[in-house]
Amino acid sequence: MTNRMGKFSIDRRAYDDVVITTPVSLPYVRFSEQSAHWWIGRALRALVDGSGIEARDIDGFCLSSFTTAPDTAIGLAEHLGLSVRWLDHVPLGGASGITGVRRAARAVQSGDCDVVACIGADTNQRGSFGNTLANFSRFSQDAVYPYGAGGTNASFALIARNYMEQFNVSREDLGRIAVAQRSNALKNPNALMKEPLTLDQYMNARPIADPIHLYDCVMPCAGAEAVLVMRQDTARACGIAGARLRGSIERHNARSIEPMQTSGGWVEDVGELYSMAGVGPDDIDVVQTYDDYPVICMMQMEDLGFCRKGEGAEFVRSHDLRIEGDFPHNTSGGQLSCGQAGAGGSYVGLTEAVRQVLGTAGDTQVKGANLALASGFGMMTYTRGLSSCAVILSGEGA
Amino acid sequence: MSDPLTPPKRKDPLVVTHAGHVPPALRSRAATAMAARAGLGRFVLQVCDDCARATYPQRDRCPFCWGELSWQDQPDGAVIEAQTTIRSSIDLFFKDHLPWRIGSARLDAGPMATVHLHGDVGQGDRVRMELKLDRSGNPALFAMPEKETPHMADDPQLRVFTADPKYRRILVTDGRTETGQAVAEALLKAGAKTVFLGNADPLMRYPGQDRIEAAPGIEPVRLSLTDTRSIAALAGQLGGRVDIVVNTAQFARQGGVGFGGNLNDLQSGLDLEVTGLMRLAQGFAPALSGRSDDGDRSAAAFVDIASIHGLTGRAGFAGSSAAAAARLSLLASLRGEMARTGIRVISVLTGPVDDGWHQNVPPPKTAPAQIARAVVTALQQGQETICADEVAKDVLTRWQDDPLLTIREENK
Repeated sequence: MTNRMGKFSIDRRAYDDVVITTPVSLPYVRFSEQSAHWWIGRALRALVDGSGIEARDIDGFCLSSFTTAPDTAIGLAEHLGLSVRWLDHVPLGGASGITGVRRAARAVQSGDCDVVACIGADTNQRGSFGNTLANFSRFSQDAVYPYGAGGTNASFALIARNYMEQFNVSREDLGRIAVAQRSNALKNPNALMKEPLTLDQYMNARPIADPIHLYDCVMPCAGAEAVLVMRQDTARACGIAGARLRGSIERHNARSIEPMQTSGGWVEDVGELYSMAGVGPDDIDVVQTYDDYPVICMMQMEDLGFCRKGEGAEFVRSHDLRIEGDFPHNTSGGQLSCGQAGAGGSYVGLTEAVRQVLGTAGDTQVKGANLALASGFGMMTYTRGLSSCAVILSGEGA
Repeated sequence: MSDPLTPPKRKDPLVVTHAGHVPPALRSRAATAMAARAGLGRFVLQVCDDCARATYPQRDRCPFCWGELSWQDQPDGAVIEAQTTIRSSIDLFFKDHLPWRIGSARLDAGPMATVHLHGDVGQGDRVRMELKLDRSGNPALFAMPEKETPHMADDPQLRVFTADPKYRRILVTDGRTETGQAVAEALLKAGAKTVFLGNADPLMRYPGQDRIEAAPGIEPVRLSLTDTRSIAALAGQLGGRVDIVVNTAQFARQGGVGFGGNLNDLQSGLDLEVTGLMRLAQGFAPALSGRSDDGDRSAAAFVDIASIHGLTGRAGFAGSSAAAAARLSLLASLRGEMARTGIRVISVLTGPVDDGWHQNVPPPKTAPAQIARAVVTALQQGQETICADEVAKDVLTRWQDDPLLTIREENK
């Protein structure tokens, strides 16, 4: 049973046998002399190598990147010799990966194409992060960036400050999220952060834009994340395992988001997410929230139904967020500990969720994980994160 | 309260001057339209012609009903809902002005806005919003204390958006006129440290000379705007020490175009007012620009005083209106150039000045004291265009409303 979302909504069709396969996470680097094109090409090669699917059988391409200018997906298709019959460019920042995959799912389900390469990748050259900040959106150019040029840190500081005061959240509460993720990251050989992080270190870190301090921030870096989306029969024919797409939502510029943001667009669609998957929050084995800042993770724990609004602080106090804990969260270390490879960051939770339900996560594997939830959040074009999305995936055993 | 500014110390000549960067300057056309109104000291937002709701940031259609938007004056109250202190920035200007405080303001007009915060306001406070221009000539919402606080104007963040005369050294180009003297005195009263007072002809005495030259803070200097070498000499001598230039030169003569015009008057007027303005800018703009972010007493502004009739022409004063027109045009171009270096270019618009050259003009006329007050106000507010009196205000309002009609009316 699904929710009725709008006056004209019908029950949404299930994704049937659509699967997500071949999670690729290329090891990140802090700065790269290579272009985004190079990283995208390398991700394509990893998809082909990892799946055994021939390059000519990839007939769909969905790209997300901030640093391909002046090219978009079509320019990359030519640059990298892709010939496809379905092409999408999803410029939704932290909501790109999940949004891209759910669009690709419908394309392969309906037969518009058969195998979609979904890639999030960005390079990070000296200055490219600054360019992204300065040119991010028209509202940002006109009405945010010239106000101190603090970038997303300053905008999220205002959200965090308001949220923390309204719901009585302390920095320690948010620190728990960052510290647990670092503990997880130490088991992920690809994470850029290799040192343990203590709550003391978190609390005593350098302030960036109060109340945001150093360990609330992600480190911009270069890298790529990718998956293939196809039908189950295609995957079987190729002998590869896939995670089933059980439910998905996306929402942009939600009417329910207050000017001072205390929740994301998930609140409007979360019922549909679970009802489509036929499960509830308690059934989820592993959760990957979008972690540009710990405060946004806490907001998602509330908005995705793991606790009620305003109970996020108590939730992280009473749960162990580590891989071995009772609420395994951002098991790869997330962007906070792996680094943020631009739009690649929108795939970090997704690729890890696929690995978790396929049982291929290696040292970060949660025992018996069969149902995973991954969410995305993006596009602070003015003062609110506008795009929200989430998926529920299950392994072969579900 | 703000820490009161202390008189700046003498500059160490061995220390490298701090480069005058401007904050991020890329803006949409709609934001530029807001700047044009900010320059007049107005607090405006876009309002929908259909649903009458105010919107911000600057848009091209109404987000509620997709109607047309137009700029309207709005209530300037607001509440600060959240604040932060930015301690890290990759922008060259802000990087050197950290920490920088901003907040989220719920405007009484409706929208939320990210705003600069005065040091005396914080989360939860009711504030009075001002629409300022930043160093790049772009619109900037600045939250001021609702009521006057001690040394309010000395707030370091606010000083970035103003050109307050306090402790600054100012060149007033023509001290021989009543206007020049009134401006010099008003600037000193507003806290200027020194006024260098120009005199084109030191061998000739002028009315008021003894009094003004004896005033503490006045330093008479030889300066003739019709003599390029005199400007170069003075710029060489004072360039690194002048923080504000105020051009008070004027050459108003009665006369028409086909009837009663005097070619010599026209040429003299153009040479003094127009070529003179360019000479002055060429002499001082580079030095001002080089010191636009040089601590508490950075170079800040270039002010020019011209007749409002530069916008329209005027029957009976055709030649001097033509000179004023050329002057306004040069000033607009100079403003564009200086927006890249962080120096404000301010235009003070006057009606017929109440002096010997306007004896035949019936009142109302612009008193020199009104001009002086306008100069000080524009500097203190960081305003780009200011009318010195009701005549200038009236002509400007009518011109904004219907330029072609106003041109006809003023030339009848």
